[in-house]
Amino acid sequence: MLEGQMEVTVDELRGLVSERAIQGETMLLNMGPQHPSTHGVLRLILELDGETIVNLVPDIGFLHTGIEKNMEAMTYEKALVMTDRMDYLNNLGSNLCYCLAVEKLVELDVPPRAQVVRVLLTELTRIASHLLWLGTHALDLAAMSVFLYTWREREILMDIFEMCSGQRMMTSYFRPGGLWRDIPQGFEGAVKQFLELFPERIREYESLLTENPIYIERTKGIGVISTEEALEIGLTGPILRATGLPFDMRKAQPYSSYEQFDFEVPIATNGDTYDRYIVRMEEMRQSLNIVRQALDRLPEGPFRSNNRKFVPPPRSELGHSMEAVIHHFKLWTEGFLAPKGAVYVPVESPRGVLGCYLVGDGGPKPRRVHFHAPSFANLQALPMLSRGHLVADVIAIISSLDPILGDSDR
Amino acid sequence: MTEAETTLVALQQALEERFLDSVEFRDQLTAVLQPEAVVEACQFLKRRDFDLLIALTAADHWPEEPRFEMVYQLFSVKLNALIGLSVSLEGDEPKVPSIESVYPSANWHEREVFDMFGIDFPGHSDLRRILMPHDWEGHPLRKNYPLGYEEVQFSFNFDDIDRRKKYAKD
Repeated sequence: MLEGQMEVTVDELRGLVSERAIQGETMLLNMGPQHPSTHGVLRLILELDGETIVNLVPDIGFLHTGIEKNMEAMTYEKALVMTDRMDYLNNLGSNLCYCLAVEKLVELDVPPRAQVVRVLLTELTRIASHLLWLGTHALDLAAMSVFLYTWREREILMDIFEMCSGQRMMTSYFRPGGLWRDIPQGFEGAVKQFLELFPERIREYESLLTENPIYIERTKGIGVISTEEALEIGLTGPILRATGLPFDMRKAQPYSSYEQFDFEVPIATNGDTYDRYIVRMEEMRQSLNIVRQALDRLPEGPFRSNNRKFVPPPRSELGHSMEAVIHHFKLWTEGFLAPKGAVYVPVESPRGVLGCYLVGDGGPKPRRVHFHAPSFANLQALPMLSRGHLVADVIAIISSLDPILGDSDR
Repeated sequence: MTEAETTLVALQQALEERFLDSVEFRDQLTAVLQPEAVVEACQFLKRRDFDLLIALTAADHWPEEPRFEMVYQLFSVKLNALIGLSVSLEGDEPKVPSIESVYPSANWHEREVFDMFGIDFPGHSDLRRILMPHDWEGHPLRKNYPLGYEEVQFSFNFDDIDRRKKYAKD
């Protein structure tokens, strides 16, 4: 009887759900992929006993676009645009991760100005990502106004990204060797304005949620995980830090001059959904702190490396320098050659450890690019976190993991 | 000696001849192992506080042999050290033992590698496709899998592209 009602055969479900579900004793409920609370195209098969989750099977891949395969067919510089399209809330962070990997593979130096601008913009991206997270997380838990407020501030950041790169989201602003172009006029003023405005706004969000009894009721003690379990299942980022372990790649293995910045790694102790909220709110403050320092010490100088074997010459040189024309032509047709070898560069994305594994084969195209996506790793913990909770809690748990399906499916 | 170096020396002593080589490239250490030693190496490293698996993937070196390379990146939060493990696999239907029993988080990563490269993981609890549809044919990240669009052939790359354009020639 059960077989006729379902699109998949019972055999396909065997092993995924308990024997009770096959017998028809517990209920199987499909959630997603087109469900507003799954933050994208995440599909879940819920096995329910009444309203309690017995088991949960995530089904991902609906947003798989073959980014890694496509990057293998492009030269190193051209492949960069694919990284924007991966984690669409952390475009500059993914740009940075890929650029660092390329720079490490070909041993290319980045001037100090570019490094500091990279830190500044990556931190603004982290704030933008956390804002979107906060808005949708609160929306999932029926706190509508937070969403409207966070969207308002996110728009300011989007304008800043557009100012630099010409694009709100698909930035491709960081390039191997530095930046696409120098930061524009008015950039510093815009960031300063945001710095003045934002601390007050964080307090505003907190006044809506931190002591809100409905919010506390729905998040405290929901999706609890210990540090050991989190490491076992590969959780990183704010979720791991909410269990009490102050592990942050920016501190552990500093990159792009993070070692020169003074900031704290916020932690909480209970490892539940509420604590993840607390950690992310504090992270926004720390990011703001880093942005402030970056703006104060922004060094003068070139914004990209002068190594013409890897970095194209400025447009102005093309009119009078034959050598510049040759370099320009070589770099935009063949691209630069990278040596044989493999590098792995982990960075801290807003969601956790984002790693780029890059293999060069002596040619102008990467042999293999792999991104260790934090959303992919974090989603794996979803069944473990949800078992025994109610269906409504699954909504809170999903959003507390902050999965970006573009990131997990690539 | 850094923590990673000390650990690798100890790993070499533990695995003896199954530890083939250690490679240092751009300040990163990678141990090259025999395929059957992977689980033991992971157990060893986990006992030494390398508790976080932060990458598990493969690379296809087609048409060279050995064709596939499995790569594991293990991180120790306590020691703040990163160690890579690399395993070469021969042939078109490679196999490597699953490390899911040591690092539970390897579950999805191994599924992804199986999906994308067609590498089999004996001992895996639930080896299904994860990103591609369940009835998909072929393994997209293999080098002889077509790109999905017609690549333009010039004289300098004619042979190179010709080798993987099997569909256009039929």
